[in-house]
Amino acid sequence: MKRDYSLDIRHLTRVEGHANIQITVRDGELLDARWAVVETPRFFEVMLKGMSAERVPFQTSRICGICSISHSLASIRAVEKAMAIVPPVVAEKTRLLAMHGETLQSHALHLFFLVAPDFAGTSSVLPLIQSHPDLVRAGLQLKELGNEISAVTTGRCTHPVSLVVGGLSKAPDKQRLLQLQAMIQERKPALESACAFLLSLTIPDFSRETEFISLSNGSSYPAIGGSLVSTDGVVHDESDYLLMTNEYMQEGSTSKFTRLSRESSVAGALARFNNNSHLLHQKAKEVAESFKLKPVCHNPFMNNIAQLVECVHILEDAEELIKTLLDGELSEIKTSFASKAGAATGAVEAPRGILYHHLEIDEKGKVVKADCIIPTTQNNANIHFDLHALVQQALREGKNDGEITKLCEMLVRSYDPCISCSVH
Amino acid sequence: MKLKIASFDFTCCEGCQLQLTNSESTLTDFLELLDIRNFREISSERLDDYDIALVEGSISREDEVERLLKIRKQAKVLVAFGTCACFGGVNSLKNSFPLDETVREVYGDMVIETLPVRRIRDIVKVDLSIPGCPVAKEEVERIMVSLATDSIPTLPKYPVCVECKQQLNTCLIELGEICLGPITRAGCNAVCPTGKTACLGCRGPAEELNMPAFLELVKERGLSLSDLQEKLAFYNAFEPLATDET
Repeated sequence: MKRDYSLDIRHLTRVEGHANIQITVRDGELLDARWAVVETPRFFEVMLKGMSAERVPFQTSRICGICSISHSLASIRAVEKAMAIVPPVVAEKTRLLAMHGETLQSHALHLFFLVAPDFAGTSSVLPLIQSHPDLVRAGLQLKELGNEISAVTTGRCTHPVSLVVGGLSKAPDKQRLLQLQAMIQERKPALESACAFLLSLTIPDFSRETEFISLSNGSSYPAIGGSLVSTDGVVHDESDYLLMTNEYMQEGSTSKFTRLSRESSVAGALARFNNNSHLLHQKAKEVAESFKLKPVCHNPFMNNIAQLVECVHILEDAEELIKTLLDGELSEIKTSFASKAGAATGAVEAPRGILYHHLEIDEKGKVVKADCIIPTTQNNANIHFDLHALVQQALREGKNDGEITKLCEMLVRSYDPCISCSVH
Repeated sequence: MKLKIASFDFTCCEGCQLQLTNSESTLTDFLELLDIRNFREISSERLDDYDIALVEGSISREDEVERLLKIRKQAKVLVAFGTCACFGGVNSLKNSFPLDETVREVYGDMVIETLPVRRIRDIVKVDLSIPGCPVAKEEVERIMVSLATDSIPTLPKYPVCVECKQQLNTCLIELGEICLGPITRAGCNAVCPTGKTACLGCRGPAEELNMPAFLELVKERGLSLSDLQEKLAFYNAFEPLATDET
């Protein structure tokens, strides 16, 4: 059946930020499929020029309202490497725990508030409060747990207070760490019920072979720093981030695009899983297996499942980290330092994938050059080419216009794009 | 009657809107107050019959001006929601660099439209301001209850120091660091100084503010005026120091 179809979604809903999907089909053939980011740019890289290096994490955390801890820590890592500052072990453990809190909060927000309505056929999570109360309660419990971990470790759940160059400005309170421990135990059943719910869903069957990029350190599931690796076998040092990203401009988009060995590549939970699944906690591996999620998985819709698997890992790893913190003294939290000139790259695994901050600092401790490359920026090209392949597959399968529209929206949401972040 | 509410975002990080989904244990009760008509970040429903518009972000492109004017026409109560909306916020630092060089530095020769950063009140009348980077959910809940019960919403007039003292914190200025707590409007429960980092003034000037005395204090202690200047400029919420003072 020859047919015409055009899709023009302005400001896609249930994603962070502003972007459009445009698709044109003529006589049953796909003419164009476009992913256009129209977010207003803020120019953080310019605004950082002249700023004291110690203040930078407070500025860059404002790049994103969802992954502010990751931005803060990417900047802190860049400054500490540039000035050869080694933070105390307690600070490193607390920072890792803070990352876990943020990722749990972000994944829960995505899976329960942004994605679940697609599977339930509703416009938002609000009707689900009545129709799926247990699911919504589980989602809220996990999101709250993530936020509480962030608050205990950084002073606040959005825009961290006590993450500073050199370590921490304040140690986490042991009483609150004990409460967190109990809260994690109490909320594990919520995660189990979330797994059961997701297992009951049919994930769209779609794959397009691509390249997955993440951090890797060989000994633990990646979070802060490490080598830059890809499923196509590329390995680079953290400081060679430009070789991994190869940013380029795309007409009609205020967010840049990137590529590595192919026309596009992916960062995010599925990329971390594809490169590091053997380093997950045993329980997380079991959940992955129950969903038949194996590396290298090329189905972008499985990023949702990879996020769920990471939530399982996070709960287990957070328990271990809290135990270590409780067993030790929390007195040594900050390394003192004198500002000096230097340049370095800080890479961290933000909830949505690998995030790079590169900073050059002068002898007065002021920033002379800054560069931030955001996970969603690294997914733009892949979203773009996936849209092409997905629409072509849907046309072959004889899907109707409404079905194609919904699939395209779901595809983009499965990447969990953070659009304001990508147009920083 | 539920409040017919909509949430919109402009040049920002969407962190303030996100706070609406936080405080999870009281969230379903909070949502009972609201009839959400338009909130792109969490819902595909897009209805234009709202009474209250929460406006997050500053304004830095012409299409944003147009969107904002439309919202102003519809909303009975337009709320500047968060520091970017109230003061321009961290985005305002862009205004101290030449615009064409700024675009070239990030995008090279590609044509990118951008304007100097403006506050919401520079474009339209604002009925209510809720400052904070991000906004404090407890304060937002309190203000929504005020609106739902037709009472007048208020913000604390006194400075962050009052809340900081209540927390029994050691004063950061006593420890030799410039903290904007003495001149900044309270309402955040002194979250930053409680975490032992300086207040950067995201909630803007306190109503009972004594700037000359604060400046005197900084000078007396021999603290860096350029550090003070950088802190005052951080959220664009304070007048810069006169050049003869720096």
